[in-house]
Amino acid sequence: MINSKVFFQGLTSLKGSRSPAIPLAACFIALGALLKDAGLNIQQSAASSLFTYALPGQLVMAESLLVGASVINIFIAVWLVNFRLYPMTVSLFPLLNHTSQPKWKYYLSCHFLAVSSWLIAKDSYKKINKKHRIDFWIGIGIGTWSTAILMTVIGYLAADYLNKDMLIGLAIVNPVYFFCMMIGAMKNLSISLAVILGTVLGPLIYLISTEWALLFAGLIAGSIAFLFSEKNGK
Amino acid sequence: MLFYLARKMENSQIIILAIIATSLATFISRFMGALTSEKVSVKSKIFQWFNCVAYSTLAALLGRMIIFPAGILAESDLIIRIVVVFICVTIFLISKKNLVIPTVFSAIFLSILS
Repeated sequence: MINSKVFFQGLTSLKGSRSPAIPLAACFIALGALLKDAGLNIQQSAASSLFTYALPGQLVMAESLLVGASVINIFIAVWLVNFRLYPMTVSLFPLLNHTSQPKWKYYLSCHFLAVSSWLIAKDSYKKINKKHRIDFWIGIGIGTWSTAILMTVIGYLAADYLNKDMLIGLAIVNPVYFFCMMIGAMKNLSISLAVILGTVLGPLIYLISTEWALLFAGLIAGSIAFLFSEKNGK
Repeated sequence: MLFYLARKMENSQIIILAIIATSLATFISRFMGALTSEKVSVKSKIFQWFNCVAYSTLAALLGRMIIFPAGILAESDLIIRIVVVFICVTIFLISKKNLVIPTVFSAIFLSILS
């Protein structure tokens, strides 16, 4: 059903010099501590990472709970911040597609889609035979997902021992990791433009609309990058 | 006492509802993506466009996280955050794209500097 050799190849991408394990650990430990602060118990904190597994959305949830926002407001705010997962899935899953593979694998494994797993998959899918790429992806997903859940629990338990400076230190690891991965991915004109324009437009549009900033910045910067590289033949 | 218990139960219900709402709001985007992917060919222009938009949205999120962070990161100075990111990206580039060194350093740098 699942090619175990390829699956373990995906799972072991947690090791090595490009490992996402350290940034994942750092940010989910910080999240675990924050969730405790927001009034969640340990089971609820673990459930949050188990069922949501998308850090920016979980941050929005924790902060909304702290200020007493309504559930509808939380839903909309999370949807807006996590909408990025839609273009991310569409720019990855066609690469993993193979007619011999059952559809349920795709429908279930889309839950593993997060920035870290996406960046690893985009970086290494070419090494895997097209037929088994989805199993490789499931391996990456199980590895990153279980790391996130485990670290949320550890962060929750360690919350009392972490001081403010340590938490700030943990919180920077994630953006630094993502920035490095993105710069590593800038191999052609369209992606380089997309990354640079997005980085600039994101904070700029945030000044106008906090909630819609990501959506608009992504659409505008991405479309400009696409059109420009089309015109200049990549 | 009874009032306190009732209040606690109500709080716990809100938290559970919030977790469900957050998870649903997140899964919708992933699942819609999986459905759309069935109709998108890797060689098509629309795939290229989605690819650009995905990288841009991600970059926008990162730019926002550094300049206007949410949560505890907001308590550090903007200029320090930018300096740390700059140093770490430089380390990444000169260390033949090793990711472990810059990420570990970023936490230490920021903890010391702030």
